Amino acid sequence: MAKETADLPLRHDAASRFVPFVIAAMVYLAALALAGAMLVASAVGGWTQGLRGTLTVHILPNPAGAAATAKDLAKALTLLRANPQVAAARALDEKASRALLKPWLGAGATAPEIPVPRLIDIRLRRGAKVDVTALAARLREAVPGAELDDHRRWLGRLLGLAGSLETIALLVLMLAAAAAALAVVFAARAGLAVHKRAIEILHLIGARDTYIAVQFQRRAFMQALMGGVIGLGAAVASLLAMGKLFGGVELFGLNQVRFGPLHWTALAALAPGAALIAMAAARFTVLRSLARRL
Amino acid sequence: MSVVATPECKSHMVTVMESPRTTEPPGPPGPPAPADQAGAAVVRFEHVGMRYGAGPEILRDVSFTLPPRSFHFLTGPSGAGKSSLLKLLYLDHLPSHGRIEVFGRDIASTPRGELPAIRRRIGVVFQDFRLIDHLSALENVALALIVAGARFEQVREHVAEMLRWVGLAEQIHAKPATLSGGEQQRVAIARAVIGKPNLLLADEPTGSVDDAVAMRILYLFEELNKMGTTVLVATHNDKLVSSFAHPRLDLQAGETSLLPPA
Repeated sequence: MAKETADLPLRHDAASRFVPFVIAAMVYLAALALAGAMLVASAVGGWTQGLRGTLTVHILPNPAGAAATAKDLAKALTLLRANPQVAAARALDEKASRALLKPWLGAGATAPEIPVPRLIDIRLRRGAKVDVTALAARLREAVPGAELDDHRRWLGRLLGLAGSLETIALLVLMLAAAAAALAVVFAARAGLAVHKRAIEILHLIGARDTYIAVQFQRRAFMQALMGGVIGLGAAVASLLAMGKLFGGVELFGLNQVRFGPLHWTALAALAPGAALIAMAAARFTVLRSLARRL
Repeated sequence: MSVVATPECKSHMVTVMESPRTTEPPGPPGPPAPADQAGAAVVRFEHVGMRYGAGPEILRDVSFTLPPRSFHFLTGPSGAGKSSLLKLLYLDHLPSHGRIEVFGRDIASTPRGELPAIRRRIGVVFQDFRLIDHLSALENVALALIVAGARFEQVREHVAEMLRWVGLAEQIHAKPATLSGGEQQRVAIARAVIGKPNLLLADEPTGSVDDAVAMRILYLFEELNKMGTTVLVATHNDKLVSSFAHPRLDLQAGETSLLPPA
Protein backbone atom coordinates (compact mmCIF):
# COMPACT_ATOMS: atom_id res chain seq x y z
CA MET A 1 0.00 0.00 0.00
CA ALA A 2 2.12 2.84 -1.27
CA LYS A 3 -0.57 5.36 -0.40
CA GLU A 4 -2.60 5.22 2.77
CA THR A 5 -5.90 5.45 0.96
CA ALA A 6 -5.44 3.09 -1.93
CA ASP A 7 -8.06 0.73 -0.53
CA LEU A 8 -10.23 1.13 -3.61
CA PRO A 9 -8.49 0.46 -6.94
CA LEU A 10 -10.28 3.31 -8.71
CA ARG A 11 -7.35 3.74 -11.08
CA HIS A 12 -8.33 0.52 -12.84
CA ASP A 13 -12.00 1.38 -13.27
CA ALA A 14 -13.02 1.06 -16.89
CA ALA A 15 -16.12 3.18 -16.24
CA SER A 16 -14.15 6.27 -15.28
CA ARG A 17 -11.59 6.15 -18.10
CA PHE A 18 -13.74 8.36 -20.34
CA VAL A 19 -13.84 11.18 -17.77
CA PRO A 20 -10.61 12.97 -18.86
CA PHE A 21 -11.81 13.00 -22.48
CA VAL A 22 -15.20 14.44 -21.58
CA ILE A 23 -13.60 17.04 -19.36
CA ALA A 24 -11.08 17.90 -22.11
CA ALA A 25 -13.91 18.47 -24.60
CA MET A 26 -15.90 20.53 -22.12
CA VAL A 27 -12.93 22.68 -21.15
CA TYR A 28 -12.12 23.18 -24.85
CA LEU A 29 -15.65 24.45 -25.55
CA ALA A 30 -15.72 26.52 -22.38
CA ALA A 31 -12.36 28.10 -23.23
CA LEU A 32 -13.53 29.08 -26.71
CA ALA A 33 -16.79 30.50 -25.33
CA LEU A 34 -14.96 32.41 -22.62
CA ALA A 35 -12.39 33.72 -25.09
CA GLY A 36 -15.18 34.86 -27.41
CA ALA A 37 -16.98 36.62 -24.56
CA MET A 38 -13.81 38.35 -23.42
CA LEU A 39 -12.98 39.36 -26.98
CA VAL A 40 -16.39 40.94 -27.48
CA ALA A 41 -16.27 42.59 -24.03
CA SER A 42 -12.88 44.10 -24.82
CA ALA A 43 -14.02 45.33 -28.24
CA VAL A 44 -17.18 46.87 -26.77
CA GLY A 45 -15.07 48.52 -24.09
CA GLY A 46 -12.87 49.98 -26.82
CA TRP A 47 -15.84 51.22 -28.84
CA THR A 48 -17.51 52.80 -25.82
CA GLN A 49 -14.28 54.42 -24.73
CA GLY A 50 -13.59 55.70 -28.25
CA LEU A 51 -17.03 57.20 -28.74
CA ARG A 52 -17.45 58.72 -25.29
CA GLY A 53 -17.40 62.53 -25.55
CA THR A 54 -17.71 62.61 -29.33
CA LEU A 55 -20.44 63.63 -31.76
CA THR A 56 -20.62 63.46 -35.53
CA VAL A 57 -22.39 65.84 -37.88
CA HIS A 58 -23.50 64.71 -41.34
CA ILE A 59 -23.83 67.45 -43.97
CA LEU A 60 -25.68 66.27 -47.05
CA PRO A 61 -24.25 67.33 -50.40
CA ASN A 62 -25.84 70.61 -51.48
CA PRO A 63 -27.63 70.22 -54.84
CA ALA A 64 -26.23 73.63 -55.81
CA GLY A 65 -22.77 72.12 -56.06
CA ALA A 66 -19.52 71.52 -54.21
CA ALA A 67 -18.99 75.19 -53.37
CA ALA A 68 -22.40 75.38 -51.70
CA THR A 69 -21.61 72.20 -49.74
CA ALA A 70 -18.33 73.73 -48.58
CA LYS A 71 -20.25 76.83 -47.48
CA ASP A 72 -22.68 74.67 -45.48
CA LEU A 73 -19.74 72.91 -43.89
CA ALA A 74 -18.15 76.21 -42.86
CA LYS A 75 -21.43 77.46 -41.42
CA ALA A 76 -21.82 74.31 -39.32
CA LEU A 77 -18.21 74.49 -38.13
CA THR A 78 -18.64 78.11 -37.07
CA LEU A 79 -21.77 77.27 -35.13
CA LEU A 80 -20.17 74.30 -33.44
CA ARG A 81 -16.92 76.06 -32.53
CA ALA A 82 -18.93 78.84 -30.95
CA ASN A 83 -20.45 76.32 -28.53
CA PRO A 84 -18.53 76.44 -25.20
CA GLN A 85 -19.06 72.68 -24.68
CA VAL A 86 -17.19 71.81 -27.85
CA ALA A 87 -13.44 71.36 -27.45
CA ALA A 88 -12.77 70.80 -31.16
CA ALA A 89 -14.72 70.42 -34.37
CA ARG A 90 -12.88 69.04 -37.39
CA ALA A 91 -14.28 68.47 -40.83
CA LEU A 92 -13.18 65.31 -42.60
CA ASP A 93 -12.17 66.06 -46.18
CA GLU A 94 -14.13 64.43 -48.97
CA LYS A 95 -11.42 61.87 -49.60
CA ALA A 96 -11.57 60.69 -45.98
CA SER A 97 -15.37 60.51 -46.10
CA ARG A 98 -15.22 58.41 -49.26
CA ALA A 99 -12.58 56.18 -47.67
CA LEU A 100 -15.02 55.37 -44.82
CA LEU A 101 -17.53 54.09 -47.38
CA LYS A 102 -14.99 52.00 -49.22
CA PRO A 103 -15.54 48.77 -47.19
CA TRP A 104 -19.24 48.83 -48.23
CA LEU A 105 -19.13 50.39 -51.71
CA GLY A 106 -15.76 49.18 -52.84
CA ALA A 107 -13.86 51.10 -55.47
CA GLY A 108 -17.13 52.84 -56.52
CA ALA A 109 -16.98 54.96 -53.36
CA THR A 110 -14.29 57.09 -54.96
CA ALA A 111 -16.36 57.89 -58.10
CA PRO A 112 -17.09 61.64 -58.04
CA GLU A 113 -20.61 61.13 -59.42
CA ILE A 114 -21.66 59.40 -56.19
CA PRO A 115 -22.67 62.06 -53.66
CA VAL A 116 -21.03 61.54 -50.30
CA PRO A 117 -22.13 63.36 -47.13
CA ARG A 118 -19.42 65.41 -45.44
CA LEU A 119 -18.63 64.63 -41.83
CA ILE A 120 -17.62 66.78 -38.89
CA ASP A 121 -15.96 65.06 -35.96
CA ILE A 122 -16.73 66.83 -32.68
CA ARG A 123 -14.72 66.38 -29.46
CA LEU A 124 -16.52 67.64 -26.39
CA ARG A 125 -14.85 69.14 -23.36
CA ARG A 126 -14.29 66.81 -20.40
CA GLY A 127 -17.49 66.54 -18.37
CA ALA A 128 -19.47 68.52 -20.93
CA LYS A 129 -23.23 68.11 -20.87
CA VAL A 130 -24.62 68.87 -24.29
CA ASP A 131 -28.32 69.16 -25.10
CA VAL A 132 -28.06 67.10 -28.28
CA THR A 133 -31.65 67.81 -29.41
CA ALA A 134 -31.22 71.58 -29.10
CA LEU A 135 -27.85 71.54 -30.83
CA ALA A 136 -29.27 69.40 -33.66
CA ALA A 137 -32.16 71.86 -34.11
CA ARG A 138 -29.78 74.81 -34.30
CA LEU A 139 -27.64 72.96 -36.82
CA ARG A 140 -30.64 72.15 -39.02
CA GLU A 141 -31.69 75.77 -38.83
CA ALA A 142 -28.28 76.93 -40.03
CA VAL A 143 -27.73 74.11 -42.51
CA PRO A 144 -30.88 72.39 -43.76
CA GLY A 145 -30.45 68.63 -43.86
CA ALA A 146 -27.59 68.59 -41.32
CA GLU A 147 -27.82 65.71 -38.85
CA LEU A 148 -26.21 65.36 -35.47
CA ASP A 149 -25.35 61.80 -34.41
CA ASP A 150 -24.41 61.06 -30.81
CA HIS A 151 -23.81 57.31 -31.74
CA ARG A 152 -26.24 56.25 -29.05
CA ARG A 153 -28.49 54.28 -31.39
CA TRP A 154 -25.62 52.44 -33.09
CA LEU A 155 -23.82 51.82 -29.82
CA GLY A 156 -27.03 50.64 -28.15
CA ARG A 157 -27.61 47.97 -30.78
CA LEU A 158 -23.99 46.93 -30.67
CA LEU A 159 -24.03 46.70 -26.88
CA GLY A 160 -27.20 44.63 -27.12
CA LEU A 161 -25.50 42.24 -29.52
CA ALA A 162 -22.43 42.07 -27.31
CA GLY A 163 -24.61 41.39 -24.26
CA SER A 164 -26.35 38.54 -26.12
CA LEU A 165 -23.02 37.04 -27.11
CA GLU A 166 -21.80 37.25 -23.53
CA THR A 167 -24.99 35.58 -22.27
CA ILE A 168 -24.57 32.77 -24.80
CA ALA A 169 -20.95 32.33 -23.71
CA LEU A 170 -22.05 32.15 -20.07
CA LEU A 171 -24.66 29.53 -20.98
CA VAL A 172 -22.03 27.48 -22.81
CA LEU A 173 -19.78 27.70 -19.74
CA MET A 174 -22.60 26.55 -17.47
CA LEU A 175 -23.56 23.71 -19.80
CA ALA A 176 -19.95 22.58 -20.03
CA ALA A 177 -19.66 22.61 -16.24
CA ALA A 178 -22.92 20.67 -15.90
CA ALA A 179 -21.86 18.11 -18.52
CA ALA A 180 -18.48 17.64 -16.82
CA ALA A 181 -20.16 17.24 -13.43
CA LEU A 182 -22.62 14.70 -14.86
CA ALA A 183 -19.79 12.65 -16.37
CA VAL A 184 -18.11 12.53 -12.97
CA VAL A 185 -21.38 11.64 -11.24
CA PHE A 186 -21.91 8.67 -13.57
CA ALA A 187 -18.31 7.56 -13.16
CA ALA A 188 -18.58 7.81 -9.37
CA ARG A 189 -21.83 5.82 -9.37
CA ALA A 190 -20.22 3.14 -11.52
CA GLY A 191 -17.25 3.08 -9.14
CA LEU A 192 -19.55 2.68 -6.15
CA ALA A 193 -21.23 -0.27 -7.85
CA VAL A 194 -17.96 -1.91 -8.91
CA HIS A 195 -16.39 -1.55 -5.47
CA LYS A 196 -19.54 -2.23 -3.49
CA ARG A 197 -18.01 -5.12 -1.56
CA ALA A 198 -14.81 -3.29 -0.61
CA ILE A 199 -16.82 -0.23 0.42
CA GLU A 200 -19.04 -2.43 2.57
CA ILE A 201 -15.96 -3.88 4.29
CA LEU A 202 -14.47 -0.43 4.88
CA HIS A 203 -17.79 0.67 6.27
CA LEU A 204 -18.03 -2.27 8.66
CA ILE A 205 -14.53 -1.82 10.01
CA GLY A 206 -15.34 1.77 10.91
CA ALA A 207 -14.40 3.92 7.92
CA ARG A 208 -16.24 7.20 7.80
CA ASP A 209 -18.11 8.15 4.65
CA THR A 210 -15.59 10.92 4.07
CA TYR A 211 -12.74 8.40 4.12
CA ILE A 212 -14.35 6.63 1.17
CA ALA A 213 -15.44 9.86 -0.54
CA VAL A 214 -11.90 11.28 -0.39
CA GLN A 215 -10.67 8.43 -2.58
CA PHE A 216 -13.28 9.12 -5.22
CA GLN A 217 -12.87 12.90 -5.13
CA ARG A 218 -9.08 12.65 -5.36
CA ARG A 219 -9.38 10.42 -8.41
CA ALA A 220 -11.98 12.73 -10.02
CA PHE A 221 -9.78 15.77 -9.32
CA MET A 222 -6.73 14.25 -10.97
CA GLN A 223 -8.67 12.97 -13.97
CA ALA A 224 -10.42 16.31 -14.49
CA LEU A 225 -7.18 18.25 -14.08
CA MET A 226 -5.54 16.09 -16.71
CA GLY A 227 -8.52 16.48 -19.07
CA GLY A 228 -8.71 20.18 -18.32
CA VAL A 229 -5.08 20.78 -19.19
CA ILE A 230 -5.48 18.87 -22.46
CA GLY A 231 -8.67 20.77 -23.37
CA LEU A 232 -7.13 24.10 -22.43
CA GLY A 233 -4.01 23.40 -24.45
CA ALA A 234 -6.12 22.56 -27.49
CA ALA A 235 -8.22 25.69 -27.00
CA VAL A 236 -5.18 27.96 -26.72
CA ALA A 237 -3.70 26.40 -29.85
CA SER A 238 -7.02 26.99 -31.65
CA LEU A 239 -7.19 30.61 -30.47
CA LEU A 240 -3.63 31.32 -31.59
CA ALA A 241 -4.32 29.71 -34.96
CA MET A 242 -7.52 31.76 -35.35
CA GLY A 243 -5.64 34.90 -34.39
CA LYS A 244 -3.11 34.18 -37.10
CA LEU A 245 -5.72 33.31 -39.72
CA PHE A 246 -8.16 36.15 -39.04
CA GLY A 247 -5.83 38.75 -37.55
CA GLY A 248 -5.84 40.77 -40.76
CA VAL A 249 -9.61 40.64 -41.27
CA GLU A 250 -11.41 43.81 -40.20
CA LEU A 251 -14.50 42.85 -38.19
CA PHE A 252 -15.79 45.70 -36.00
CA GLY A 253 -12.30 46.10 -34.61
CA LEU A 254 -12.24 42.58 -33.11
CA ASN A 255 -8.94 41.95 -34.82
CA GLN A 256 -7.46 44.85 -32.89
CA VAL A 257 -8.24 43.33 -29.49
CA ARG A 258 -5.27 41.74 -27.73
CA PHE A 259 -5.55 39.41 -24.73
CA GLY A 260 -3.82 40.67 -21.58
CA PRO A 261 -2.60 38.73 -18.52
CA LEU A 262 -6.08 38.90 -16.97
CA HIS A 263 -7.64 37.23 -19.99
CA TRP A 264 -5.04 34.46 -20.07
CA THR A 265 -5.42 33.95 -16.32
CA ALA A 266 -9.19 33.58 -16.72
CA LEU A 267 -8.65 30.98 -19.44
CA ALA A 268 -5.99 29.14 -17.43
CA ALA A 269 -8.37 28.99 -14.44
CA LEU A 270 -10.70 26.74 -16.44
CA ALA A 271 -8.56 23.62 -15.92
CA PRO A 272 -8.36 23.81 -12.09
CA GLY A 273 -11.95 25.04 -12.10
CA ALA A 274 -13.05 21.89 -13.92
CA ALA A 275 -11.00 19.79 -11.49
CA LEU A 276 -12.70 21.44 -8.51
CA ILE A 277 -16.15 20.91 -10.04
CA ALA A 278 -15.30 17.24 -10.67
CA MET A 279 -14.04 16.84 -7.12
CA ALA A 280 -17.18 18.38 -5.65
CA ALA A 281 -19.42 16.26 -7.91
CA ALA A 282 -17.64 13.03 -6.90
CA ARG A 283 -17.75 13.89 -3.21
CA PHE A 284 -21.43 14.82 -3.35
CA THR A 285 -22.34 11.64 -5.25
CA VAL A 286 -20.45 9.31 -2.92
CA LEU A 287 -21.61 10.93 0.30
CA ARG A 288 -25.19 10.95 -0.90
CA SER A 289 -25.04 7.30 -1.86
CA LEU A 290 -23.35 6.21 1.39
CA ALA A 291 -25.83 8.18 3.47
CA ARG A 292 -28.49 5.63 2.48
CA ARG A 293 -26.62 2.98 4.44
CA LEU A 294 -26.81 2.48 8.19
CA MET B 1 0.14 -1.23 23.46
CA SER B 2 0.30 -4.54 25.31
CA VAL B 3 2.16 -7.75 24.91
CA VAL B 4 0.27 -10.98 24.71
CA ALA B 5 1.74 -14.43 25.13
CA THR B 6 -0.18 -17.55 24.39
CA PRO B 7 -0.04 -20.48 26.79
CA GLU B 8 0.86 -22.80 23.94
CA CYS B 9 3.37 -20.65 22.21
CA LYS B 10 5.27 -18.68 24.79
CA SER B 11 7.90 -17.89 22.22
CA HIS B 12 5.35 -16.15 20.00
CA MET B 13 4.86 -12.64 21.18
CA VAL B 14 2.45 -10.31 19.51
CA THR B 15 1.88 -6.62 19.86
CA VAL B 16 -1.74 -5.62 19.85
CA MET B 17 -2.25 -1.98 19.07
CA GLU B 18 -4.52 0.38 20.87
CA SER B 19 -7.20 1.20 18.34
CA PRO B 20 -7.14 4.86 17.38
CA ARG B 21 -10.51 6.33 18.22
CA THR B 22 -10.00 9.65 16.61
CA THR B 23 -8.53 10.64 13.29
CA GLU B 24 -5.11 10.93 14.94
CA PRO B 25 -2.48 8.23 14.60
CA PRO B 26 -2.18 5.64 17.36
CA GLY B 27 -0.96 7.20 20.58
CA PRO B 28 1.83 6.09 22.88
CA PRO B 29 1.58 2.80 24.80
CA GLY B 30 -0.94 2.88 27.61
CA PRO B 31 -3.64 0.88 29.33
CA PRO B 32 -6.63 -0.25 27.29
CA ALA B 33 -9.39 2.29 26.98
CA PRO B 34 -12.39 1.64 29.22
CA ALA B 35 -14.81 -0.57 27.38
CA ASP B 36 -17.79 1.55 28.24
CA GLN B 37 -19.22 3.78 30.91
CA ALA B 38 -18.37 2.51 34.37
CA GLY B 39 -20.42 -0.56 35.22
CA ALA B 40 -22.67 -0.32 32.17
CA ALA B 41 -23.14 -3.32 29.93
CA VAL B 42 -21.08 -3.43 26.75
CA VAL B 43 -24.09 -4.85 24.91
CA ARG B 44 -27.72 -4.90 25.94
CA PHE B 45 -30.49 -6.44 23.85
CA GLU B 46 -34.07 -5.86 25.00
CA HIS B 47 -36.82 -7.85 23.27
CA VAL B 48 -35.05 -7.53 19.93
CA GLY B 49 -36.56 -8.86 16.74
CA MET B 50 -35.07 -8.90 13.28
CA ARG B 51 -36.23 -9.69 9.78
CA TYR B 52 -34.78 -9.10 6.31
CA GLY B 53 -37.16 -6.89 4.36
CA ALA B 54 -40.66 -8.31 4.47
CA GLY B 55 -39.42 -11.82 5.20
CA PRO B 56 -40.08 -13.89 8.31
CA GLU B 57 -38.59 -12.91 11.65
CA ILE B 58 -35.15 -14.44 12.05
CA LEU B 59 -34.91 -13.23 15.64
CA ARG B 60 -38.12 -12.92 17.60
CA ASP B 61 -37.57 -11.83 21.16
CA VAL B 62 -33.91 -11.69 22.04
CA SER B 63 -32.83 -10.22 25.33
CA PHE B 64 -29.38 -10.53 26.86
CA THR B 65 -26.57 -8.49 28.31
CA LEU B 66 -22.83 -8.76 27.76
CA PRO B 67 -21.08 -7.28 30.79
CA PRO B 68 -17.66 -5.64 30.41
CA ARG B 69 -14.76 -8.12 30.10
CA SER B 70 -17.11 -11.05 29.64
CA PHE B 71 -16.47 -13.98 27.28
CA HIS B 72 -19.43 -15.83 25.79
CA PHE B 73 -19.91 -18.44 23.13
CA LEU B 74 -22.89 -17.97 20.87
CA THR B 75 -24.23 -21.41 20.09
CA GLY B 76 -27.23 -22.82 18.32
CA PRO B 77 -28.12 -24.90 15.29
CA SER B 78 -27.59 -23.72 11.74
CA GLY B 79 -30.21 -21.19 10.71
CA ALA B 80 -30.95 -20.24 14.31
CA GLY B 81 -29.91 -16.66 13.55
CA LYS B 82 -26.40 -16.45 15.00
CA SER B 83 -25.01 -14.51 12.05
CA SER B 84 -28.06 -12.24 12.03
CA LEU B 85 -27.58 -11.52 15.70
CA LEU B 86 -23.95 -10.66 15.03
CA LYS B 87 -25.04 -8.35 12.17
CA LEU B 88 -27.09 -6.40 14.67
CA LEU B 89 -24.08 -6.25 16.97
CA TYR B 90 -21.64 -4.94 14.38
CA LEU B 91 -24.23 -2.38 13.27
CA ASP B 92 -24.91 -3.76 9.83
CA HIS B 93 -28.65 -3.92 10.43
CA LEU B 94 -31.21 -2.28 12.65
CA PRO B 95 -33.68 -4.44 14.59
CA SER B 96 -37.27 -4.62 13.41
CA HIS B 97 -38.28 -4.08 17.03
CA GLY B 98 -36.74 -3.88 20.45
CA ARG B 99 -33.79 -1.91 21.74
CA ILE B 100 -30.06 -2.46 21.29
CA GLU B 101 -27.46 -0.66 23.35
CA VAL B 102 -23.77 -0.92 22.48
CA PHE B 103 -21.28 0.77 24.80
CA GLY B 104 -24.25 2.40 26.50
CA ARG B 105 -25.54 3.97 23.27
CA ASP B 106 -29.00 3.24 21.95
CA ILE B 107 -28.14 2.36 18.35
CA ALA B 108 -31.49 3.40 16.91
CA SER B 109 -31.16 6.94 18.26
CA THR B 110 -27.41 7.36 17.72
CA PRO B 111 -26.69 9.83 14.90
CA ARG B 112 -25.38 8.07 11.81
CA GLY B 113 -22.17 10.09 11.87
CA GLU B 114 -21.25 8.62 15.26
CA LEU B 115 -21.63 4.98 14.22
CA PRO B 116 -18.15 4.65 12.60
CA ALA B 117 -16.53 5.51 15.94
CA ILE B 118 -18.59 2.76 17.61
CA ARG B 119 -17.73 0.29 14.83
CA ARG B 120 -14.03 0.99 15.35
CA ARG B 121 -14.40 -0.22 18.92
CA ILE B 122 -15.77 -3.52 17.62
CA GLY B 123 -13.52 -6.12 16.04
CA VAL B 124 -15.34 -8.55 13.78
CA VAL B 125 -14.20 -11.87 12.35
CA PHE B 126 -16.64 -12.48 9.53
CA GLN B 127 -17.61 -15.98 8.57
CA ASP B 128 -16.79 -15.20 4.93
CA PHE B 129 -13.61 -13.32 6.00
CA ARG B 130 -14.46 -10.21 3.93
CA LEU B 131 -10.94 -9.40 2.88
CA ILE B 132 -10.33 -6.82 0.17
CA ASP B 133 -9.15 -8.79 -2.84
CA HIS B 134 -6.58 -6.43 -4.32
CA LEU B 135 -4.85 -5.70 -1.00
CA SER B 136 -2.17 -7.90 0.53
CA ALA B 137 -2.61 -9.60 3.88
CA LEU B 138 -0.52 -6.84 5.45
CA GLU B 139 -2.64 -4.11 3.88
CA ASN B 140 -5.92 -5.80 4.80
CA VAL B 141 -4.94 -5.98 8.44
CA ALA B 142 -3.48 -2.47 8.48
CA LEU B 143 -6.74 -1.12 7.08
CA ALA B 144 -8.43 -1.52 10.47
CA LEU B 145 -5.98 1.04 11.87
CA ILE B 146 -5.74 3.23 8.79
CA VAL B 147 -9.47 3.93 8.62
CA ALA B 148 -9.12 5.32 12.12
CA GLY B 149 -6.44 7.77 11.01
CA ALA B 150 -3.16 5.86 11.41
CA ARG B 151 -0.54 6.06 8.69
CA PHE B 152 0.50 2.85 7.03
CA GLU B 153 4.19 3.38 7.73
CA GLN B 154 3.46 3.80 11.44
CA VAL B 155 1.64 0.51 11.75
CA ARG B 156 3.47 -1.67 9.24
CA GLU B 157 5.72 -3.36 11.82
CA HIS B 158 2.93 -4.03 14.31
CA VAL B 159 0.77 -5.50 11.60
CA ALA B 160 3.59 -7.66 10.27
CA GLU B 161 4.21 -8.90 13.82
CA MET B 162 0.55 -9.82 14.20
CA LEU B 163 0.59 -11.71 10.91
CA ARG B 164 3.72 -13.57 11.94
CA TRP B 165 1.99 -14.55 15.15
CA VAL B 166 -1.04 -16.01 13.36
CA GLY B 167 1.41 -18.04 11.30
CA LEU B 168 1.41 -15.98 8.12
CA ALA B 169 5.01 -14.75 8.16
CA GLU B 170 5.54 -16.03 4.64
CA GLN B 171 2.24 -14.70 3.30
CA ILE B 172 2.45 -11.10 4.49
CA HIS B 173 2.44 -9.76 0.96
CA ALA B 174 0.11 -12.37 -0.49
CA LYS B 175 -3.26 -11.39 -1.92
CA PRO B 176 -6.33 -13.15 -0.46
CA ALA B 177 -6.95 -15.07 -3.69
CA THR B 178 -3.61 -16.86 -3.25
CA LEU B 179 -4.30 -17.81 0.37
CA SER B 180 -6.10 -20.93 1.56
CA GLY B 181 -9.38 -20.64 3.47
CA GLY B 182 -7.60 -21.11 6.78
CA GLU B 183 -5.00 -18.47 5.93
CA GLN B 184 -7.68 -16.01 4.90
CA GLN B 185 -9.45 -16.67 8.17
CA ARG B 186 -6.28 -15.89 10.10
CA VAL B 187 -5.87 -12.62 8.19
CA ALA B 188 -9.45 -11.77 9.10
CA ILE B 189 -8.75 -12.56 12.75
CA ALA B 190 -5.60 -10.45 12.72
CA ARG B 191 -7.59 -7.53 11.27
CA ALA B 192 -10.26 -7.92 13.93
CA VAL B 193 -7.88 -7.94 16.89
CA ILE B 194 -5.08 -5.61 15.72
CA GLY B 195 -6.82 -2.55 17.16
CA LYS B 196 -7.50 -4.23 20.50
CA PRO B 197 -11.23 -3.69 20.26
CA ASN B 198 -13.49 -3.22 23.28
CA LEU B 199 -15.86 -5.79 21.80
CA LEU B 200 -14.75 -8.73 19.68
CA LEU B 201 -17.33 -10.59 17.61
CA ALA B 202 -16.31 -13.75 15.81
CA ASP B 203 -18.55 -15.68 13.46
CA GLU B 204 -17.25 -19.24 13.21
CA PRO B 205 -13.62 -18.04 13.53
CA THR B 206 -12.21 -21.54 13.57
CA GLY B 207 -14.28 -22.98 10.75
CA SER B 208 -11.42 -23.24 8.30
CA VAL B 209 -8.48 -24.09 10.55
CA ASP B 210 -7.24 -27.24 12.23
CA ASP B 211 -7.71 -27.90 15.93
CA ALA B 212 -4.28 -26.65 16.97
CA VAL B 213 -4.71 -23.33 15.19
CA ALA B 214 -8.28 -23.11 16.49
CA MET B 215 -6.99 -23.42 20.05
CA ARG B 216 -4.34 -20.75 19.40
CA ILE B 217 -7.00 -18.41 18.06
CA LEU B 218 -9.19 -18.96 21.11
CA TYR B 219 -6.21 -18.37 23.39
CA LEU B 220 -5.59 -15.09 21.62
CA PHE B 221 -9.22 -14.14 22.20
CA GLU B 222 -8.85 -15.06 25.87
CA GLU B 223 -5.77 -12.89 26.20
CA LEU B 224 -7.63 -10.00 24.66
CA ASN B 225 -10.48 -10.72 27.03
CA LYS B 226 -8.11 -10.56 30.01
CA MET B 227 -6.96 -7.18 28.78
CA GLY B 228 -10.53 -5.89 28.88
CA THR B 229 -12.09 -6.91 25.59
CA THR B 230 -15.59 -8.32 25.73
CA VAL B 231 -15.73 -11.39 23.48
CA LEU B 232 -18.60 -13.16 21.76
CA VAL B 233 -17.72 -16.16 19.60
CA ALA B 234 -20.36 -17.80 17.43
CA THR B 235 -19.40 -21.40 16.80
CA HIS B 236 -20.63 -24.88 15.95
CA ASN B 237 -17.53 -26.45 17.38
CA ASP B 238 -18.74 -28.20 20.56
CA LYS B 239 -15.27 -29.53 21.26
CA LEU B 240 -13.88 -26.04 21.28
CA VAL B 241 -16.70 -24.73 23.45
CA SER B 242 -16.15 -27.46 25.99
CA SER B 243 -12.42 -26.67 26.10
CA PHE B 244 -13.04 -23.25 27.62
CA ALA B 245 -14.97 -22.38 30.73
CA HIS B 246 -17.10 -19.64 29.29
CA PRO B 247 -20.88 -19.28 29.43
CA ARG B 248 -22.96 -19.91 26.34
CA LEU B 249 -25.59 -17.73 24.80
CA ASP B 250 -27.75 -20.34 23.14
CA LEU B 251 -29.97 -19.29 20.26
CA GLN B 252 -32.94 -21.52 19.52
CA ALA B 253 -35.85 -20.63 17.25
CA GLY B 254 -35.05 -16.94 17.32
CA GLU B 255 -34.75 -16.66 21.10
CA THR B 256 -31.71 -16.74 23.39
CA SER B 257 -31.02 -18.38 26.71
CA LEU B 258 -27.90 -18.12 28.84
CA LEU B 259 -26.31 -21.47 29.60
CA PRO B 260 -23.40 -22.25 31.92
CA PRO B 261 -20.02 -23.37 30.54
CA ALA B 262 -20.22 -26.71 28.77
